[in-house]
Amino acid sequence: MWSLFTSHASEFLTGFGWTILSSVIALIGSTILGLGFALLQIVPNRWANLVGKIYIEIVRNIPLLVITMFFYVVVANIFKLNGFISGTIGLTLYTSAFIAETIRAGINAVDSGQYEGGRANGMSWWETMRYIVLPQAIHLVIPPLGNQFVNLIKNSSVLAFVAGLDLMYQANMISQLTFDTFNPYIIVAIFYLMLTMPLSYYMRYLEEKNAH
Amino acid sequence: MQDFLQAYSWVNMRFLLNGLWITIVVSVVSIAFSFVIGSILGTIRYMKIKYVSEIVGFIIDLIRNLPLLLIIFFTYFALPKVGIHFNVMISTIVAMTIFESAMLAEIVRSGIKAVPTGQLEGARANGLSFYQALWYILLPQAYKKMIPPIVSQFVSLIKDTSLATIIMLPEVTFRAQTIYAQKPAQIIPMFLMLAILYFILNFTISRVGTYIDRRMAS
Repeated sequence: MWSLFTSHASEFLTGFGWTILSSVIALIGSTILGLGFALLQIVPNRWANLVGKIYIEIVRNIPLLVITMFFYVVVANIFKLNGFISGTIGLTLYTSAFIAETIRAGINAVDSGQYEGGRANGMSWWETMRYIVLPQAIHLVIPPLGNQFVNLIKNSSVLAFVAGLDLMYQANMISQLTFDTFNPYIIVAIFYLMLTMPLSYYMRYLEEKNAH
Repeated sequence: MQDFLQAYSWVNMRFLLNGLWITIVVSVVSIAFSFVIGSILGTIRYMKIKYVSEIVGFIIDLIRNLPLLLIIFFTYFALPKVGIHFNVMISTIVAMTIFESAMLAEIVRSGIKAVPTGQLEGARANGLSFYQALWYILLPQAYKKMIPPIVSQFVSLIKDTSLATIIMLPEVTFRAQTIYAQKPAQIIPMFLMLAILYFILNFTISRVGTYIDRRMAS
């Protein structure tokens, strides 16, 4: 296994790099989008709430693979995107729905008296959100957001379907090249665990700390 | 427009719906196995048996932190190397069961943990053994609380079944790809139909889950 790794180290490391890059881009993108859709669901406007709800329900109930393939097969044809970009867009949109739900749950968990107090003191809806509710919600939301990030890293393996150059894709390439269908997957598993294990243990630690 | 209508011909729709049926069968069988295995593993982890719980817990964490796609690949391509052969359908079910058992084990463990400790103490004080208390007092209360997370896990299992297209399981996503590979004009109608089928299936399941949860709570 070690010899396989050393002879294909550059492929494995490139895949590792693309996996991290895709996950980080998707994390930033989906957090921004997710925050947007979470706010859309709670602004005092029924139509905005409806738009937010429809987006989240649709995206949450469709497989990531279908969304990603849609971008790779349909959208990439029109806008000339490569596999990595279309995969990352699919990943961003899919994760944004889950992050929106996480953030909305966090906002709802903030005591409603906080919001009422802000409004009663003459702050606008937006000011109340910006200065009173969101800062308190962020504290509650960080552990579940971290778990979403772990899911995001795992889900980034879907890039393998669209030639996204990530770890999973490299593992397939190497196993086809060397006719070894065992060791490449073990090596790639170790790479994934290096990213996800510390993160999920840290999130569990934060959760337990928050609980006390 | 004609391509659109042609894409939804009776032949295509029957082909897709048969695929959806495979998706459902694989998901239901996997969740049933995972429920049993996950309950056992989750209980073991909860019980804090020396060494055993730690080892089981570590394995659960390992599996939870791996991509499902990798586990599917592994059961299909790597296990034959060590002499274990499955066909595509069994492979998918095995991979799904491994992954979902770990997920459900965590749900079961936190479900039992959420039952107030007074319940266990009360049962023990009334002369029940630990296992009796677990079986008659803790687990029934825990399962009631676990309905929402288990239902959402089931929905994500149904979605994840689509990953098995990579080992050519003829489920609904794979079949849609087969159709549009022959007729590129049917790409968009096929994606639309996939989205509709998955949405109806998953949305219904989550709604039924919410309904059952409400009925159990009241």
